[in-house]
Amino acid sequence: MSEFLQQLLNGISLGAIYALIALGYTMVYGVLRFINFAHSDVFMVGAFVGYYLGRLLPEHTVLGGITVLVGAMIACALLGMTIERLAYRPLRGAPTLNVLITAIGVSLLLEYTGQLVFGATPRTFPAIFPVAQFEVGGLVISSNQLMVIGVSLVLMVVLQLIVFRTRIGTAMRAVSLNPNAARLVGVNNDVVISFTFGLGSALAAAGGILYAINYPSIDPLMGVMPGLKAFVAAILGGIGNIPGAALGGLLLGTVETFVSGSQFSTYKDAIAFGILIIILLFRPAGLLGKFTVEKV
Amino acid sequence: MPRPHLALLLALAASVGISTLSDRIDAYVLDVAMGVGINIILAVSLNLVNGHTGQFSLGHAGFMAVGAYLSSAVTVFLGPRLLGAEGGGPWGQGGLFAGALIIGGLCAAFAGLLIGLPSLRLKGDYLALVTLGFGEIIRVVFQNVETLGGALGFIGMPAYTTFAWTYGCVALTIFTVGCLVNSTYGRGFLATHDDEIAAEAVGLDTTRYKIVAFVIGAFFAGIAGGLFSHFKLAIDPRGFDFARSIEIVVMVILGGMGNTLGVILAAVLLTLLPEVLRPIAEYRMIIYSLLLIVLMLVRPQGLFRFTRTKGQP
Repeated sequence: MSEFLQQLLNGISLGAIYALIALGYTMVYGVLRFINFAHSDVFMVGAFVGYYLGRLLPEHTVLGGITVLVGAMIACALLGMTIERLAYRPLRGAPTLNVLITAIGVSLLLEYTGQLVFGATPRTFPAIFPVAQFEVGGLVISSNQLMVIGVSLVLMVVLQLIVFRTRIGTAMRAVSLNPNAARLVGVNNDVVISFTFGLGSALAAAGGILYAINYPSIDPLMGVMPGLKAFVAAILGGIGNIPGAALGGLLLGTVETFVSGSQFSTYKDAIAFGILIIILLFRPAGLLGKFTVEKV
Repeated sequence: MPRPHLALLLALAASVGISTLSDRIDAYVLDVAMGVGINIILAVSLNLVNGHTGQFSLGHAGFMAVGAYLSSAVTVFLGPRLLGAEGGGPWGQGGLFAGALIIGGLCAAFAGLLIGLPSLRLKGDYLALVTLGFGEIIRVVFQNVETLGGALGFIGMPAYTTFAWTYGCVALTIFTVGCLVNSTYGRGFLATHDDEIAAEAVGLDTTRYKIVAFVIGAFFAGIAGGLFSHFKLAIDPRGFDFARSIEIVVMVILGGMGNTLGVILAAVLLTLLPEVLRPIAEYRMIIYSLLLIVLMLVRPQGLFRFTRTKGQP
């Protein structure tokens, strides 16, 4: 029983990170109807910004840790908005395939520039937050896990408030519902899309830092696998649906952790794709998504 | 005799003819030429999926890996038993290699079918991610199969790939893809590319067309893999990674999706460029990625499309 709870806890903390990344995919899909391939590399850049900031600041302090987290989020928000401005905005209205190819191009550019600038060898991420371990009834809980769950929870609540309680959030929902109608009632779509990229990239950066705290070895290709899995999580929950992305992330993280704790641990990475195929075959709209018929 | 068939025969004869002179050709030139040929097969077969049919596959290197490994398994494990002690002579070896290539191609096609059936119900973006994931899974599987060398790589295949084999297969690939696309049946691919909803509305089973294109593309990728492994004589799962798939995708996009001649030119260009630009090899992927972005912004129809406008966005 305690082993089950332990795995559940590990799964939730991994799932929370997937959820943070998945939110970025889902929000961008909501306003632009395309999958931002470069998102997983923004996640990687977030971890590296954290790495450089973390080396400047004293380790094991709450204040330092929060500074690193916020700094990386701001840096990545700017990066995300720049990518949108330079690569995606000129293609507004172009066929989806062209946008997709551009997104792959941006993703590769970030990865290989990263290999050139940061070097291809993995680096050890500094311990920016204080570390402690608690034992509660046979469960081993590390402060990092609590940190991951806590930070993700806070960010998701903030996101929910932004989307549902602010003017820009209302505008985001309007654009996602119908971009042309939104423009007619005076929403500046470009500003909204830019803001969405900024928000999603900031969440990816937070995910990157939290991931690096738990798995403290970072390299320029670290984003690929978590990025793919977060994308699966976004589809699992229903792409374009914000609570769905959170749910999908948590589910995927938990399932993956249980699989890697069982005798099938070598198939850990394959399980996400298995889930993807099953979901696409039986419920392509995702768990919380609404099935829409394509109209001509 | 119809024109394409005549061209095919001429091309086959020419490749055999040049091959008999291969002793007199500089070894380096021959080496590069075979690399070019293999890349042409890969690019033309991917063009059937990404260009003519308008889907977006990112896992072509995975199918190449299936072909490379399984055809090598045939020549390495079955070869000595079938050919006997004296080595079987040129005809025996040729037959074995042809069989190995076909088996590699069929296995790749089967992998394509397995992947295509669930994923081709999806539209562009999803399909790209699913094929990317599957390409990686195929690579991971080969990394874990110890009989095929595992992570260290697979060696021991005989050097069967010659100029004639390579360019014979190039000619067959271009011929098959060209005839297929220009046939009555092949209009279905173009219709799927141009407007999937309209194609469905007039009664075309677009999923079926997508799967057929995908399976045929995978088959030729498998053939290219078989040629590649019997040319390099050592294969390694890392050689079939995502970067390799991207390289093929860049060829197709640079040449202009759906433009066979352009894609061939792009394959030649992109195989020769790294040879010329060896000193800046580490920037190669950065250049490719920038090329993708800039092309989509400035010239989405590809470098080599001048007159035809069909399928152009």
